Amino acid sequence: MKPAGFAYHDPQTVAEAVALLGRLENARLLAGGQSLMPMLAMRVAFPDHLIDLNRVEGLDGITVEQGVLRIGAMTRQRSIERSAAIREACPLMTEALTHVGHLQTRNRGTIGGSLCHLDPSAELVTVAAALDATIEVAGPEGQRDVAIADFPLGFMTPALAPEEMVVAIRIPLWPREHGYSFMEFARRHGDYAIVSAAALLVLDSAGRIARASVTLGGVGAAPLRVTTAETALVGEAPTPALFRAAAACCEGIEAMEDPQAPAWYRQRLAAVLTRRALERAWARATGEAA
Amino acid sequence: MTHELHDITLVVNGRSHPIRVEARRTLADAIREECGLTGTHLGCEHGVCGACTVLLDDQPVRACLMFAVQADGRAIRTVEGLAHGDTLSPLQKAFIEQHALQCGYCTPGFLMLGTAILEQNPDIGDEELIEILSSNLCRCTGYANILRAVRAAAAAMREEGVA
Amino acid sequence: MDGTTHGPDDARMAAGPGEAVGRAVTRLEDPPLVRGRGLFAADVNFPRQIHMRVVRAELAHGLLRSVDATAARALPGVVAVWTSADVAEIPSIPFRATKVQGLEPYCQPVLARDRVRYVGEPIAAVFAEDAYLAEDAADLVAVDIEPLPAVLDAAAPPAEFAPGLHTEPTIVRKGFGDVDAAFAMAHAVIELDLSVGRHSGVPLETRGAIARYDAARDLLELHGAAKKQHWNRDEIARLLGRPPSSVHLFEGHVGGGFGVRGELYPEDLLACAAALRLDRPVKWIEDRRENFLATNHSRQQRHRIRAAVDAEGRLLAIDDVFFHDQGAYVRTHGARVVDLAAGMLPGPYRLPAYRVAGHFRLTNKTPAATYRAPGRYETTFVRERLMDAIATRLAIDPIELRRRNLVATAEMPYPRPLDVLGSDVVLDSGDYAKLLDQALDRFGWKALRESIAARRASGECVGAGLAFFVEKSGLGPSDGVRITVDHTGTVELVSGAASVGQGVDTVLAQICAEALGVGYSGIRVVRGRTDRIEFGNGAHASRVTVMSGSATWQAAQAVRAMALETAAPLLQLSPEVLTIRDGIVQRKDGATEPSMTLAEIARQMGPNSPAMRGRTPGLTAEKWFWSDHMTYPYGVHCALVCIDRGTGAVKVERYLVANDIGRAINPMLVEGQIAGGFAQGLGGALYEEFRYDETGQPLSTTFADYLIPTATEMPALDVLIAEDAPSPLNPLGIKGAGEGGTNAVGAAIAAAVDDALGQPGAVTTLPILPGTVMRLLDRAAP
Repeated sequence: MKPAGFAYHDPQTVAEAVALLGRLENARLLAGGQSLMPMLAMRVAFPDHLIDLNRVEGLDGITVEQGVLRIGAMTRQRSIERSAAIREACPLMTEALTHVGHLQTRNRGTIGGSLCHLDPSAELVTVAAALDATIEVAGPEGQRDVAIADFPLGFMTPALAPEEMVVAIRIPLWPREHGYSFMEFARRHGDYAIVSAAALLVLDSAGRIARASVTLGGVGAAPLRVTTAETALVGEAPTPALFRAAAACCEGIEAMEDPQAPAWYRQRLAAVLTRRALERAWARATGEAA
Repeated sequence: MTHELHDITLVVNGRSHPIRVEARRTLADAIREECGLTGTHLGCEHGVCGACTVLLDDQPVRACLMFAVQADGRAIRTVEGLAHGDTLSPLQKAFIEQHALQCGYCTPGFLMLGTAILEQNPDIGDEELIEILSSNLCRCTGYANILRAVRAAAAAMREEGVA
Repeated sequence: MDGTTHGPDDARMAAGPGEAVGRAVTRLEDPPLVRGRGLFAADVNFPRQIHMRVVRAELAHGLLRSVDATAARALPGVVAVWTSADVAEIPSIPFRATKVQGLEPYCQPVLARDRVRYVGEPIAAVFAEDAYLAEDAADLVAVDIEPLPAVLDAAAPPAEFAPGLHTEPTIVRKGFGDVDAAFAMAHAVIELDLSVGRHSGVPLETRGAIARYDAARDLLELHGAAKKQHWNRDEIARLLGRPPSSVHLFEGHVGGGFGVRGELYPEDLLACAAALRLDRPVKWIEDRRENFLATNHSRQQRHRIRAAVDAEGRLLAIDDVFFHDQGAYVRTHGARVVDLAAGMLPGPYRLPAYRVAGHFRLTNKTPAATYRAPGRYETTFVRERLMDAIATRLAIDPIELRRRNLVATAEMPYPRPLDVLGSDVVLDSGDYAKLLDQALDRFGWKALRESIAARRASGECVGAGLAFFVEKSGLGPSDGVRITVDHTGTVELVSGAASVGQGVDTVLAQICAEALGVGYSGIRVVRGRTDRIEFGNGAHASRVTVMSGSATWQAAQAVRAMALETAAPLLQLSPEVLTIRDGIVQRKDGATEPSMTLAEIARQMGPNSPAMRGRTPGLTAEKWFWSDHMTYPYGVHCALVCIDRGTGAVKVERYLVANDIGRAINPMLVEGQIAGGFAQGLGGALYEEFRYDETGQPLSTTFADYLIPTATEMPALDVLIAEDAPSPLNPLGIKGAGEGGTNAVGAAIAAAVDDALGQPGAVTTLPILPGTVMRLLDRAAP
């Protein structure tokens, strides 16, 4: 299980990295390497060139400004997990990160790497979808924004041209008093989830649901916003019955099947986790849970 | 072109190892083969078992999930660096006393992970400790004694610190 | 995760009679291992070594049309590429002696000849200057296979293996009593169809083989060996046409065995043959994917079992037909797992009549063999499921039902008219009912039933279950140990045993220390080396502590007697008044003078000592312990589980293993064995399974797909070590402790899940998967 040969490139700037991407055939970017390295070791990925982003300047960092959280693509998952600013402004992401791999992999793994690897079960992609994130992409022509909804083109395929790379993710923040929850089911702790659910709720002054986000990971090729559930929630007074009804929207969704789990089981998990996530988010929105 | 050799320096346990490797050589292989420090073990080479855990700038990482060229000049710590001469570290001692190892193959990975925990968060709670230790696989012990050893080492270090 | 009863006990360095055996001393093995100074297979290197990489079949079944190695051979740095033609003179890999006939045609060739029979089967071997390069070259070997349909269900009718041979090499039949009459007169007949999934040992260290040929001494060495060094040495020598004394195997540190490592595999022979032929040391280290594909699998069986019982639930007869999924070839164990399953199925119960037919079937999967508690993990699940089903049918409490059927202490030794592994089954000693009571008491069974009722009332899905098991250990016929005290007083113990990481060195040293009267920590234990002792039976079948431990006891007693005999005249005292403490011969009454050290005695007994003229010099003795019968440890497992109704996930909250092992040489190590064994049993019960798709492609080839329990999956485990029934078959009363922690985990968790679901008999298959549990929850829903 040793990687095949490749040429190693070690750019210092985004411009250099993009130029290398434009110039080299069959090149791949190496971010944290926590997903790519196993693929190389198992020889299921055969790049001729690896462009290492670990020494590229300016790709690392967390800022919260004017209601927007911006995280540089090479920011380590561990840094995000430990960021007080994120815990305060976007606690859904903090919660989701505790499910991402393990301490050692979070020390190396990056948010940009997770987004581009685009595993259907990846927690950070699900969170990005739940929060209507925007992906900042650099290319030969400069920078462009891609809405997270448009980012996955298909199974593990991001909407990036061969000469483009992700430089950051921007997340519009929810109001301070929103409720949130990230839940997932995996056979063992730290494994890729079979299904995950992210829920966000904002209550109005009358205690009704003013805004809702319901997102599922692991059911399809990309995270799925369950808009039917969101529609069912908004404007209603939160009750267990309402959450059950909203969660029931998940039972009919099309789910994938793999050796880990059949489709029917994923549908059932989707409904259960959605209900639990909504209940938890509600408890947090009302201050009844931490 | 793909077999181009890179001259790098791995600084392991404070000692510099100038080595020449292909870019594809993993950090784990370079530590074992080029630096001759075979205490770092390979259990899966795909980043799941944790046997190859080393500390990179004091942070635990999986040495099979990095290339040696990426660690050029960085401070690496391995199991061989834990003891001071004949004196074992508190965690090494605790592993022996708590019977936290049987075959010993996963032990270096757990020792490095445990060392990082004790350095960064010696008062860690049980739940978080179990969660962090769940990153490494052990096939012999059933884990309970490994947990016990980390706790015992934390207690011993506290006592030492007080005294 | 809590509940140990023994901590380390190093305050006294065990140094004499009554001071070494039974103590929880720390291990001799540990200091180099915690320093990263171990010597595992991959750590072995020789100058000028080359690296071997095996090209493996990617189809489950097919005709091997061609293997084109041209491109691989042309790659710079490649030394050689071998296909089956290059090893045509090496016979297929044999199996150990068995009375089962007709297995030879099903043995595995070193490299596939005209057919491939499982994904992962070796087809070619590449030898190159570097491990990376060897893998590059292996990728260039072009293999042309014409696919054939894959046989994947061992319970389906046999198919063709080769012209004139079908996929059922043998049926293992055993039994006694009049089964048909028992069923005819039965009050009730209970019938079940039960399956155990394919899983295996999966040690954390993969296999390795480092071979080198020393032309100067005409000696072939194989490093990275384990478990069965002497048998493997003899067979490697035979298959390569060399005298056994010209082949030596060396065991370094071994990263877990569990039954699968240390068997003779194709790669061992390839490395040895290449070292001879290519005149370079050859290093092969298995990678993890290969380990999942190429190292023995285990466990997969389907049982159709019937019991005849009387109105009180007493067993009248058991009739079992089972199908054992052996995978693609017969390996070194032959039909051993089937034999063990058939012979051990009755467990702890009185059984007047028994009939079993074990269908040994080949499929197109990785070959299978033993894994910790082989044949017992499977049949304890089957038998204990059966007992629970009988209890349900007759509305008898399952614990009471077991009590009625347990063999009583007064009936010990209890012979069953059965044989297993060629030896007659005689349950040597035991107080089964007592241990059951102790276990229930320790687990707090009564209070637990109440708390379960309360939790259920508040909506939780919880349940408890238990299972009884009988293990076997101490497989004979013999093992030898040589103990020598050198002129510095250092004690060396050379054993024909092996170690797979369980602490053999420490245990043998403790026994030696106890018998000889020396500190255990200074004893040098040598094992796993064919160059140091002529014969040996290795480490398997929970035999080392029983067999090699007993031989150690005898050899140490002999050395002690020699030392006293030599010292007595010099000290002008009778040997009867002398003892040995801390390596010093002194008076028993505690007087410190006169005295003499073992070092002085050893010098007196040296080859240049005039006193030794005409005798064999040396303070040394070699003793062989013989045994015709195995010894049978036994125990009880109790489980408390909680099921998440939303996900179907089973969480084991509490677990108890109660195990009578006759005598615990080192209680800390015994607990370690039980705890680790339990974790593996838990894996097989809930997590681990080698799955295949409908074409025979394996789906569990990484640690992300084959789910070994981690720290989070471990429940609070309590271990009760009982020593109420020492074995009468050996001087220390020892029974093996290696497998009792694993044996009944599937059975106990299945019972607990049934109980939680309120559906007796619901669990029929291991592992118990969340989706299956969810379906069962649906079935119960109104």
